[in-house]
Amino acid sequence: MLIIKNLRASVEGKEILKGINLEVNAGEVHAIMGPNGSGKSTLANVLAGKSDYEILGGEVTYEGQDLLELSPEVRSRSGVFLSFQYPVEIPGVPMVNFLKASVNEHRKFKGLEPLTAGEFLKLMRAKKEMLHLDSELTNRSVNEGFSGGEKKKNEIFQMAMLEPKLAILDETDSGLDIDALRIVAEGVNALKTADNATILVTHYQRLLDYVIPDFVHVLYNGRIVKSGGKELALELEEKGYDWIKNGSDQ
Amino acid sequence: MENQDKLLNDITTQEYQYGFVTDIDTDVIPKGLSEDVIRVISAKKNEPEFMLEFRLKAYRGWLKMESPKWAHLRIPPIDFQETIYYAAPRNQAKYQSLDEVDPELVETFKKLGIPIEEQKHLAGVAVDVVMDSVSVTTTFKKVLAEKGIIFCSFSDALLEHPELVRKYLGMSVPPTDNFFAALNSAVFSDGSFCYIPKGVRCPMELSTYFRINTAGTGQFERTLIIAEDDSYVSYLEGCTAPMRDENQLHAAVVEIIAMDRAEVKYSTVQNWYPGDKNGVGGIYNFVTKRGICKGESSKISWTQVETGSAITWKYPSCVLIGDNSVGEFNSVALTNHHQQADTGTKMIHIGKNTKSTITSKGISAGKSDNSYRGLVKVLPGATNARNYSQCDSLLLGSTCGAHTFPYIEVGNKSSIVEHEATTSKIGEDQIFYCNQRGISTEDAIGMIVNGYAREVLNKLPMEFAVEAQKLLAISLEGSVG
Repeated sequence: MLIIKNLRASVEGKEILKGINLEVNAGEVHAIMGPNGSGKSTLANVLAGKSDYEILGGEVTYEGQDLLELSPEVRSRSGVFLSFQYPVEIPGVPMVNFLKASVNEHRKFKGLEPLTAGEFLKLMRAKKEMLHLDSELTNRSVNEGFSGGEKKKNEIFQMAMLEPKLAILDETDSGLDIDALRIVAEGVNALKTADNATILVTHYQRLLDYVIPDFVHVLYNGRIVKSGGKELALELEEKGYDWIKNGSDQ
Repeated sequence: MENQDKLLNDITTQEYQYGFVTDIDTDVIPKGLSEDVIRVISAKKNEPEFMLEFRLKAYRGWLKMESPKWAHLRIPPIDFQETIYYAAPRNQAKYQSLDEVDPELVETFKKLGIPIEEQKHLAGVAVDVVMDSVSVTTTFKKVLAEKGIIFCSFSDALLEHPELVRKYLGMSVPPTDNFFAALNSAVFSDGSFCYIPKGVRCPMELSTYFRINTAGTGQFERTLIIAEDDSYVSYLEGCTAPMRDENQLHAAVVEIIAMDRAEVKYSTVQNWYPGDKNGVGGIYNFVTKRGICKGESSKISWTQVETGSAITWKYPSCVLIGDNSVGEFNSVALTNHHQQADTGTKMIHIGKNTKSTITSKGISAGKSDNSYRGLVKVLPGATNARNYSQCDSLLLGSTCGAHTFPYIEVGNKSSIVEHEATTSKIGEDQIFYCNQRGISTEDAIGMIVNGYAREVLNKLPMEFAVEAQKLLAISLEGSVG
């Protein structure tokens, strides 16, 4: 589904990604771990198409297409979803309107008729129940005045509405208390199918107690320095990132 | 003062030096402005004599005035002698079919979702089938008549209810109030008249759209609304469809008078042709709007969405005379490309316990300039007056300007006046967030801007609000690269 080859990217003239190689197939969950500043969020944002980053080299193939050639909105409509680390507030825009526009853009891209207001509300209700979300969030403006936990739950809710093929969750576990973490993790698990894939970008191992990854990659200094199975996460938790840093710096 | 009174007296009582009608071909009035031209206009409309006197008084005052220079606007010199001040109402259609109309205009109609028949009507295309709106209008008139509400063109009001016009005309905006109001008072062609009797709640939104005999919106439009004790009316002006007009200069006047416990809601969507992307063409819009809360506990609220015109100069105001009266001003002013807007309000607190609220949302894009100018004045007698103002500016890009000019004059210690202001830019992060959910940048900006203006849009009547939302998005098309 996704093949990243020797991807290099910079922000404000500083090279952050220094040659990333990664292959993600349908049905897989990949965890990308690493210390602060290793390039995890940059990777997530580059895949989603944020314009602050300059691509220096390499290629990214998504479903046979050159992903880097696509505009951010076309990437989204093609099934790439980013759960933001810091979801922004859009004052005065009701969540319902925002999501309806979003869902209908996705439908239009697939050649489907837009959902009517009634159909949309029905779909929304079903997804809320599935995620055990409190129904009040969707009546508020996009992320406005949401707590940290509410923002993250709202990201997963949008993911449920859009049913992406490739979901990239950027530090979705940060700032969550244990109950919120469980709700978010259950949501991610519930949305998992044999046809979609998930990339979890995380600093800590604890999310991986709830969402079991098939692969764990350690990102350090702009490169993937170690890959393994789920046990790698536990090893990291035990030994800390210094273990990787020391190994990699030598 | 004595001199002024004498002059006024002389003017209103003297015999007309030049006789009543001059020897001008009745169908063709030469361009330019003179007392003769004004007499001809008045005669053509069969106006009562007090109306002609009003016009002449305004004209003589206007001659001594100068175009105001204090606004933050670059106004090209206007040659007032190059304008034709009276043209017979256009009955003839300009086009035979929509195919002849500017395709860009038709495209905008489609985006706004305006029905075909209405599109034709707005663009000046001949309509051979009887439009539905005719029967709607008839039903509408019947309901109003049963309630004793008068809603007609200004010309009709002058013929059918001259005593009412005479009593109230110029009460809010005197004939020589300011340069543009004086010009309007001298030469206005037509407009709307609305009278709500005591204790009557007007059961529907009054819209100029439904007014019979409307020959397009005039260059110098005059509106007079009177709400008697315990009455209520909601009035809609303008429409969201782009309005083109061969006259570049527009100077309208709106007067409102609210008696004891009466409430008037006045909503405007202004979408005159703003000129092209390079700032060529476009309407100059100089408007004087003022409401007097004459009665106790009366209320006047102005809600406006301004997206059109090359130049906008407009300050809908409230004079709060009655004790416990309330004034409100809610505004969204959007400028793009080379548009310039200097708009705001004046709230004059005279009575006790008077309250006013100002919510202004400016949006600037392109190379445009957008200013809020507002005066809150509390007179010594206005014990416990209260004002709250909020003025926000939103910038798109870095080549546009946003300015705020608040004036506060407080003459009573017991009053409370608050002013808050913010300036923000649309965040790249907000746009990217929308993009990441599949929403294009253009749609994202429309959405963010509408969110920003929502507080004001919510004050508009429902259908108007929906159209205004689309209008804001369309007006910003092409503003992001």
